[in-house]
Amino acid sequence: MDWITTVDHKKIAILYLWAGGLFFGIGGLEAILIRIQLIKPMNDFLDAQTFNELITMHGTTMIFLGVMPVIFALMNAVIPLQIGARDVAFPFLNALGFWTFLFGGILLNLSWIMGGAPDAGWTSYAPLSSSTYSTTHGVDFYTIGLQIAGLGTLIGGINFLATIITMRAPGMSYMRMPMFAWTTFITSAIILFAFPAITVGLVLLTFDRILGANFFEVGGGGSPVLWQHIFWIFGHPEVYILILPAFGIISEVIPTFSRKRLFGYSSMVFATILIAFLGFMVWAHHMFTTGLGPVANALFSVSTMLIAVPTGIKIFNWLFTMWGGQVRFTTPNLFAAGFIPTFTMGGVTGVMLASAPADFQFHDTYFVVAHFHYVIVGGLVLGLFAGLHYWWPKMFGRMLSESLGKWTFWTFIIGFHMTFFVQHFLGLMGMQRRVFTYLPNQQFDLLNLVSTIGAFLMGVGMIIFLINIYLTSRKPADASNDPWEDGRTLEWTIPSPPPEYNFKQTPLVRGIDAFWKEKTAGHTAMTPAEPVGSIHMPSATAIPFVMSVGIFIAGLGFMFSRDEFGNALMSFLFNNYIVTAIGLLITFGAMLIRSLYDDHGWHIEPEELEGR
Amino acid sequence: MMKTWQAVKRLLPMMSVFALILAGCGREDLSVLRPQGPVAESSLGLIKLSIMIMIVVLLIVFAIAAYVMIKFRRKPNQTEIPEQVEGNFKLEILWTVIPLILVVVLAIPTVKQVFAAGNDHSNDKNAIKVKVTGHQYWWEFEYGDYGVITAQDLVIPTGKDIAFELITKDVLHSFWVPSLSGKIDTNPAGTINRFSFSAQKEGVYRGKCAELCGPSHGFMEFKVKAVSNEEFEKWIESRKAPAVLPEDPALAKTFKDQCLQCHAVGDQGIANAPDLTGIGSREAIAGILINDDTREDGAPIEENLKTWLHDPQSVKPGNLMPNPKDLGLSDVEIDSIAEYLANYKLD
Ligand code: HEM
Ligand SMILES: [Cu+2]
Repeated sequence: MDWITTVDHKKIAILYLWAGGLFFGIGGLEAILIRIQLIKPMNDFLDAQTFNELITMHGTTMIFLGVMPVIFALMNAVIPLQIGARDVAFPFLNALGFWTFLFGGILLNLSWIMGGAPDAGWTSYAPLSSSTYSTTHGVDFYTIGLQIAGLGTLIGGINFLATIITMRAPGMSYMRMPMFAWTTFITSAIILFAFPAITVGLVLLTFDRILGANFFEVGGGGSPVLWQHIFWIFGHPEVYILILPAFGIISEVIPTFSRKRLFGYSSMVFATILIAFLGFMVWAHHMFTTGLGPVANALFSVSTMLIAVPTGIKIFNWLFTMWGGQVRFTTPNLFAAGFIPTFTMGGVTGVMLASAPADFQFHDTYFVVAHFHYVIVGGLVLGLFAGLHYWWPKMFGRMLSESLGKWTFWTFIIGFHMTFFVQHFLGLMGMQRRVFTYLPNQQFDLLNLVSTIGAFLMGVGMIIFLINIYLTSRKPADASNDPWEDGRTLEWTIPSPPPEYNFKQTPLVRGIDAFWKEKTAGHTAMTPAEPVGSIHMPSATAIPFVMSVGIFIAGLGFMFSRDEFGNALMSFLFNNYIVTAIGLLITFGAMLIRSLYDDHGWHIEPEELEGR
Repeated sequence: MMKTWQAVKRLLPMMSVFALILAGCGREDLSVLRPQGPVAESSLGLIKLSIMIMIVVLLIVFAIAAYVMIKFRRKPNQTEIPEQVEGNFKLEILWTVIPLILVVVLAIPTVKQVFAAGNDHSNDKNAIKVKVTGHQYWWEFEYGDYGVITAQDLVIPTGKDIAFELITKDVLHSFWVPSLSGKIDTNPAGTINRFSFSAQKEGVYRGKCAELCGPSHGFMEFKVKAVSNEEFEKWIESRKAPAVLPEDPALAKTFKDQCLQCHAVGDQGIANAPDLTGIGSREAIAGILINDDTREDGAPIEENLKTWLHDPQSVKPGNLMPNPKDLGLSDVEIDSIAEYLANYKLD
């Protein structure tokens, strides 16, 4: 119950973590099934339809439901602490964002048991995703599930923007903000601009499918290429939404374990902003083979290549952060160190893909599969592992086992390179992506076998990580404030895990890496910016949960509004939009209660703070 | 300066080894790395250039990474605090400018080739014009100037530019012959794509669909058969000969009533489904059952036809052809039709 009503950012972080972990597990299982099917030519382990559902759900789940929430988990856990705040700007909305995300994800996954998962690829290109060619409810689950989950992401993004703009501790100017706070800030800005595009796209596709509109239907005056534009205007920035937080994490972990401040901080900030900006300019590089014409292809080629420049700045800055430092290979830093070469490899193939005439060969082959897994798994997932190991003691008060952590790292990264390195060659040798099987004698067999073995090894790494979590959870929570000893930012100045109110007194920030600065000046704690006083706390509430349940019901009702049910009552309820209306009524009712009932929250008094 | 040159000299043998490895990768009739025509060659040129640049970048990053990770490990008794360097303006400019230069080096030939690739041959008198139509899950090729329509096998004369015009009848597909050229999507009518390529050597090249188009997307293959000019002209002529129907009148009737509802042979039937004229001379049945009497890559044609006709769904899941059994054909009839089709060759 506590978990359903919580509005505390630290608990919401943990909720995001478990939910993300769950979906990540589902997506991983799907990946393993896909790889088993491809282990040899003409395999019949899965049938073609199931395979297409698996690739669609694997991609969708991983991007929207697997890594996103883990990113949000870390942001929630860390950002308010790093900027010296007591919570996020809108705790109620924070909870709402989580619950809509969770119910959207559940809705999407219900498709497995409710008559067919989406099968048109995670990009759902029209007309394959239209009701003419995808006849189950699969794509409806996709459009409506993602719509609801996307709402949560948008809410979260806006919340972090407001939090970072308004709630930084005294003295923390923008140019003193930790890099992870910066990347969160920029990421949230991208969310704010990119998510409306997918929201609109999903509405249009829903209308095409459920109400028979013709946005993407050539016969009705629509255009399937329009879907591709809308999708990628969102989709390309989305990959930066994913990777920028990883950049932020790496920029925290490397300085800590090199005992040096981040090299070229201001160029890092500048590079982050530039990447975000360019990220919006390059969407059509996913569409070189659509036939946009040479002018568009040339422009998008060159603008895409330009992204290499700020990305390169970052990589060299990280390397030079270590230069002259005292590098310690703890588990988080192992992941960070593994991140740099691996992500660089993904980056360079990205530049290769940017060259349109070469992309005519790469596009929609395993070369692309290799490229984006190098970026998303070799970049983001390694970054998330670094972040999780790094902040685990702060979140839970317990250090993860270092030796198990190292096992996780080595099995995972070796498995990763085995799985995906060879796929570059598969693509160049003529293997298209999204094929449920392939003919023998094309010289694809051996490399596919290697790839599948690698996938299993990655699975082993994940299992070791889970074991590590389990064993750690049984140990006493005795981590110190600054368990890595070289913490540089504000989160390491307070207990692990932090008390409900985070900071008894808001700290005064006197420079970049505020805590490190105090430590080198001989202090053991931050100078407070205010006297000890009464702390205002928001009240716990189940309203966000109820609102999300309402949206969930409304979504299901709308999806099935055109169906014939064997049962007259069911048909009546669904076909007249009664179920939809009930769902919306629940949501709006909950909103009404929220607006009518004034809740001023509660206070923690100074006596209580001192008496702990 | 001397040092960099030496580094480059040291890299050269490695790069040539690498180029060799690349050249040996994959089948000649399929691999991007073993181009058989000028379009694929120029793509590979760009690919090689970009790989070289990228390998140099990787080596530099790997080298610095290895160096810092080994050299600057924390030693057991290190307690003094390392100098907190803010950054270094010159260095940061350096690694902004160098990538910028590398990008320009890659961007110039890229832009050149983008415009060269846009240079289509649809108005070229010497080019062979072919209209490609993608269907779930087969390919149709129409030689407008010759009044010939075929399916699955694209026959082209060597050395000539083929000017393609591509559309789809249903969902998006993508037309790709890796060893001859990059791919291009087939969009619904209204957004017609054009491009062209040519083959230098006679031979059969493997083509693929590269855009997810449904369950049998992976099986939506086709063959490009490059032949000499004379052979091509001969093929066109024999392709236009009137239909040859089964000799047995009962079988001919069954074939006409059931199969020619969708298929065409010569001047008979309609082309809602792959044209079957001279199917006995095809490289493959349904694009994937490769006709090969040596049984290395497939099976003899009659066997392939039987496999297909006895259960089209098990060969290509989700394809739109009804099972001949459901059309009322007996096993014997199916086998005889397979035999007839296998012997229906073009001379
Ligand atoms: C018993 C009569 C039939 C025979 C002998 C026959 C034969 C064939 C053959 C040999 C192929 C493979 C052709 C190739 O190499 O491309 C094929 C494919 C196909 N047939 Fe038929 N067919 C028959 C009836 C039909 C009918 C009635 C329809 C339409 C309702 C139909 C629709 C198709 C389609 C759509 C394909 C393409 C499948 C794919 O490759 O995705 N066929 N048929
Ligand atoms: Cu396809």
